[in-house]
Amino acid sequence: MNRYARQIALPDFGEEGQRKLAGSSVLIIGAGGLGSPASLYLAAAGVGRIGLLDFDRVDVTNLHRQILYGTSDVGRAKLESATERLHDANPEIVVEPHAARLTSENALEILAKYDVILDGTDNFATRYLVNDACVLLGKPNVYGSVFRFDGQVSVFATKDGPCYRCLYPEPPPPHLVPSCAEGGVLGVLPGVIGTLQATEAIKLIAGIGETLAGRLLLFDALRMTFRTMRVPRRCEEHAPVTHLIDYEEFCNPMEDITPQQLAERLAQNEAIVLIDVREPYEWDIGHIESARHIPMQQIPKRLDEIPRDVEVVMICRSGARSGHVQHHLQQQGFTNVKNLTGGMQRWAREVDPAIRVA
Amino acid sequence: MRTMKVRLLFFAVLRDIAGTGARELALADGATARDVWQWMRESYAPLADYAQPPLIAVNEAYAAPETVLRDGDEVAFIPPVAGG
Repeated sequence: MNRYARQIALPDFGEEGQRKLAGSSVLIIGAGGLGSPASLYLAAAGVGRIGLLDFDRVDVTNLHRQILYGTSDVGRAKLESATERLHDANPEIVVEPHAARLTSENALEILAKYDVILDGTDNFATRYLVNDACVLLGKPNVYGSVFRFDGQVSVFATKDGPCYRCLYPEPPPPHLVPSCAEGGVLGVLPGVIGTLQATEAIKLIAGIGETLAGRLLLFDALRMTFRTMRVPRRCEEHAPVTHLIDYEEFCNPMEDITPQQLAERLAQNEAIVLIDVREPYEWDIGHIESARHIPMQQIPKRLDEIPRDVEVVMICRSGARSGHVQHHLQQQGFTNVKNLTGGMQRWAREVDPAIRVA
Repeated sequence: MRTMKVRLLFFAVLRDIAGTGARELALADGATARDVWQWMRESYAPLADYAQPPLIAVNEAYAAPETVLRDGDEVAFIPPVAGG
C-alpha cells in the first residue's frame, strides 16, 4: 500500500477510502482530451477496475490535449496505447478496453458492469445516450465537457439529483454549437475539466465531501473563474427516459430530404407517409401516386390525420409552402416531419420527368 | 415606467456572439428572463432564429424563463457545450 501512502494519510480518506477505490470500477467513455487525465489519475489513485471505451486511432492533432498518448503513438489504436500507459501508471489495477462505438444497442450492457460512469465524449448524441443509459441503470454520471476556453462539470443521475436532460431537455440547434474541430479548444482545458471529473469520481466512490450533484460548475480559463449554478432535479418536467432511442436522429434531425433520397427510400419500401399540401387544382394536374392530399390551409384542422409514429414528408410545388407546414407541425410537437427539397418541380426534374407539375 | 438594472453573463458560444462575457441591461419593472432573451435575439443577429432560450441561471440558481427579475439580479445564459 506504499504506493497510496500519501492518499491514505488523508484524514477523511484513510485505508477505508483506499479499499473502496480498490473494490470499485469506473467506465471512462472516450479516451480523448477528458478521458486522458481522468483515466491517468483514476489509475494512479488505485481504482480497481477501469473500463476505457473508444474506437479511434491517435491522430497528431490529438496530442496537444490527449496526454495519454505520445508522438510515437500516432496511428495506433487509442486503446492499445492507453492500456499500456495505464498499466505502467499502475500495474496493480485492471484495465478493460472496449474498442467500440457506444450505441443504443450496446450501452446498457457495457455500462451495467461499472459503478461509476465518466462521460468524456465529444458530441451531443453520445452525451444524451450516456445520460439516458445512466438514468435507466441508476449509475452516477460524472459529466464534463469543453468548448474553446470554457468547461462544464457536474454529476448526474444520482439518486435524487438532476440528470443532463434537467439542464438541457433537448439538443441545441446544430448551428449554435460548433464542435472542437470547428471551434478549437485550449489543450490544457480538458486537462482541467477531466481532472475535476476524476476528483468527483473518487469522491463518489469513497463517499467523501460534497459532489457536484445538483450543481453545474462553469470554468472560464481566460478569466480564470469557477462558478457553480444550482440546478434542481426536473425529471418530472422533461420527456421521461424509458428506453434508449436513436440519438443521431435526436441530435441531428434531418429536416430536409432531396427527391433522390426520397425516391431511394420509397424504392426500398420504407414506411414513409407523403403529404401533398398544394391546392386541389395543382394536385389534379399531377401528383406522386402514393401521396395523401391535405391542402395547406386545412392542415391546422386536420392535424389528427398526420401520423406521429412514422416519418412524414411534406410536399408542395417548390418546397416553400411545405417548409412552412413542416415548421408549423414542429411547433405542434411533431418530430417526424421532413420537407421535400425543391418540391414537385425538382422531383419532376430529378426523379420522374413524366409527372406534370402545375 | 420604473426601470431596473440587471447584470447579464454569457457563456461559451454566447460570449463569442455577444463579444463580451458580461454586461448590464436596463429593463422595465416586471421583466422576465425570457424578455432578456428576446432582447438578445433582437440585439445579436445570430440568435434571431432561436425562440427558445438556453439554460438560464438567476443569481447562480436555475431559473425558468418566466422568472420575474429584480433590480441587481445576475442573469446567466448557459448554452450546452459538447467537446471532449
